[in-house]
Amino acid sequence: MIGIEHYVVVSSILFVMGVLGIFLNRKNIIVILMAIELILLAVNINLVAFSAFLGDLTGQVFAMFVLTVAAAEAAIGLAILVVYFRNRGTIAVDDVNRMKG
Amino acid sequence: MTVFAFYMFAAFVIASGAMTILSRNPVHSVLWLILAFFNAAGLMVLVGAEFLAMLLIVVYVGAVAVLFLFVVMMLNIDFAEMRAGFMKNAPLGLAVAVILLAELVLGIGAYRAGRLELGTPTGDAAPIAGASNIENIGALLYGKYVFLFEAAGIILLVAMIGAIVLTHRERRATRGHQNIAKQNARRPDEATVNVKPEYGQGVEL
Repeated sequence: MIGIEHYVVVSSILFVMGVLGIFLNRKNIIVILMAIELILLAVNINLVAFSAFLGDLTGQVFAMFVLTVAAAEAAIGLAILVVYFRNRGTIAVDDVNRMKG
Repeated sequence: MTVFAFYMFAAFVIASGAMTILSRNPVHSVLWLILAFFNAAGLMVLVGAEFLAMLLIVVYVGAVAVLFLFVVMMLNIDFAEMRAGFMKNAPLGLAVAVILLAELVLGIGAYRAGRLELGTPTGDAAPIAGASNIENIGALLYGKYVFLFEAAGIILLVAMIGAIVLTHRERRATRGHQNIAKQNARRPDEATVNVKPEYGQGVEL
């Protein structure tokens, strides 16, 4: 029978994969944004699984809010990316030093 | 049957997650990401969260993935050059990933050994017997969490306005701007100057 541990294992692997994706594709901000989406997906799977196995719907409501924030983050991130590309002609972000921050 | 479906969805979601971060072409990455979201939605259906599974497909495959595809295809990027640091960063990334995974496995092991207690639900968000998943979520979302729901709406509004403000470009007319109000407000005494320069000297404005 499938228990809560199975879901936790799957979402752990997915989470680690997202973190690994950020490190592997340090130059390509598009893939970094996709890796962040993978991390948020792992969190969502975890929230839904715990909500279902504990019999409490709060987890599913919070997964919806995570979904909202993820969508907003993707939109803003891609908008920043488009502006950055317009100004510099590239999206290599490993040497972003425009603002000298 | 449920067990088989779980392992199939789990294997696909992990495999497509791996392909998302390993593909050479970002367009392929987006397509693998879509597959990952479909299979995650399958996982959610298996535990009875149908509404969230459908929401995942609508929001991610319908909106976010298409947004990614548009951006990837709109920008003219040299993808081969993007891959340059791939192998250089691999050892550090793998080290961080292995440490993170070891810690997570440790947590799961502690739970299996009975050293961790899961939280117990208070019961005020328990699903109503006989009602469908979407009815339960609706009752909770428009009841107990209505202010959070409105806050989510404000977040989306701010994101929308922010994205438009960031990417909006003023189109300049080819012959310059004509500001009629400014033209009409112009008076002779501020537009012209009457000077009488000395012989051999210039005009100082």
